[in-house]
Amino acid sequence: MTDLLALIAAKYNYWLYVILMMIGLYAMIAKNNLIKKLVGMNIFQTAIILFYVSIGYKRDATLPIIENVHGGHGSVIHAINYINPLPHVLMLTAIVVSVATFGVAMALAVRIYQRYQTLEEDELRMRLSEK
Amino acid sequence: MLLYGTGEFPDWGDPYSPASVHLSNDYLEKAFDQTQVPNIVTAVLADYRGFDTMFETAVIFTAGLACFLLLRDFREKEERFYRHTATGVILHVKDSQKVLLVEREFEHMDKDWVPSDLIIRTVCRIIIPFIQIYGLYVIAHGDFSPGGGFQGGVILGSSLILLAISYNLKTLMRRVKEKILGIYAAVGVLIYVGIAVICMPMGGNFLDYSKLAPLLPSDPHHVRALGMLGVEIGVGIAVTAVMVIIYVNIVSAGRHDEGL
Amino acid sequence: MYWPIDLIVLTFVIFCAIAAITVKDLLATAILFGAYSFMMCLLWAVMGAVDVAFTEATVGAGVSTVFFVAAIFRTSRRTKD
Repeated sequence: MTDLLALIAAKYNYWLYVILMMIGLYAMIAKNNLIKKLVGMNIFQTAIILFYVSIGYKRDATLPIIENVHGGHGSVIHAINYINPLPHVLMLTAIVVSVATFGVAMALAVRIYQRYQTLEEDELRMRLSEK
Repeated sequence: MLLYGTGEFPDWGDPYSPASVHLSNDYLEKAFDQTQVPNIVTAVLADYRGFDTMFETAVIFTAGLACFLLLRDFREKEERFYRHTATGVILHVKDSQKVLLVEREFEHMDKDWVPSDLIIRTVCRIIIPFIQIYGLYVIAHGDFSPGGGFQGGVILGSSLILLAISYNLKTLMRRVKEKILGIYAAVGVLIYVGIAVICMPMGGNFLDYSKLAPLLPSDPHHVRALGMLGVEIGVGIAVTAVMVIIYVNIVSAGRHDEGL
Repeated sequence: MYWPIDLIVLTFVIFCAIAAITVKDLLATAILFGAYSFMMCLLWAVMGAVDVAFTEATVGAGVSTVFFVAAIFRTSRRTKD
């Protein structure tokens, strides 16, 4: 029993990230409105970025910015005192790509509304099939 | 099923997990000696992984271009509204051929025109220069504190969007013409690629900043920090222009006359 | 004193996400989306990823919400589900 409790205490955050990802995926698949699908896609993206950033965290370690830089070149930097900066870099690019995709998708939604006067998926499908 | 897979993960906060042992230790220990930049995230982003950042800038530029091509509508408006400023009488001109003779007393109007609120106008007019100075500060201090090219570019872009929201869209379009926005976006990407290409005739590989030393007046260690600064400026300019382009095209559905 | 912050903010995030996709008014979705983005920024700042938190604060709670409201202005505001 204490083994299970230790397991939960060490890994509960991963379960919460998976729950968040599944909320986003559900919104992308099961909602009818196009803009709700877009919100679900963005939730999914930020949940994945959260998961990656949490991989690089170390206990009792500080930010990846080196201090006391004007003291000279004498000090040795131990990598174990700093948080892993590599996931931060990759996720910065991911956030940029996510906002670019969001902008283009909003432009597409406005164009669809101009053409078909609706944003619900079942009405769109009816109008596309009867044209 | 995914929950079962998380049983295999390392514990949270483990300093010896496989993601943190192989490459990142090298980055943390050697980055300051080689580049003289305290912020390790910016150093890795702009120098060690500069190739990714170049393509990320190209992606942002393509998104702005796609938005412009999807929505831009060059047709003239059919009906126009004019409002006499002295009395408040509104004229509705339906025919596009007739032109008003007395142009100075009348001002253009949109269909959902509200009088500009004095408080919002004054406050935004005072705050916008400070926001722009902060955006430039964030770009320039990307080496020493959290920040960098992309964040500063978004702050500058949102200061221009604030101008469009507090006044009306025509005020923004009169200050920042559309052609200049497009030129800025392209110039930002070209600065990045230009700095990367210049390194090649000087004897190094693509994006090897240390070979720029004969051009810039500083010692060989600081050259990499200066190369990084130039690259961040390019990213900032491109991101600013693209944010404004996307906003202007979405809010007016391509016509650039009405707006929020 | 450290892991309670994490747990509370994570439960807020999940509530915000579920609420943002359930309401029928799209303007409420936009505001809840901005709140979700801000909670994410707090989580990353607590975890030590300051660059990522800065970027998410400017992009999510600034530009992304403005694009959302601008798109709602040009399309309809209520949804059927």
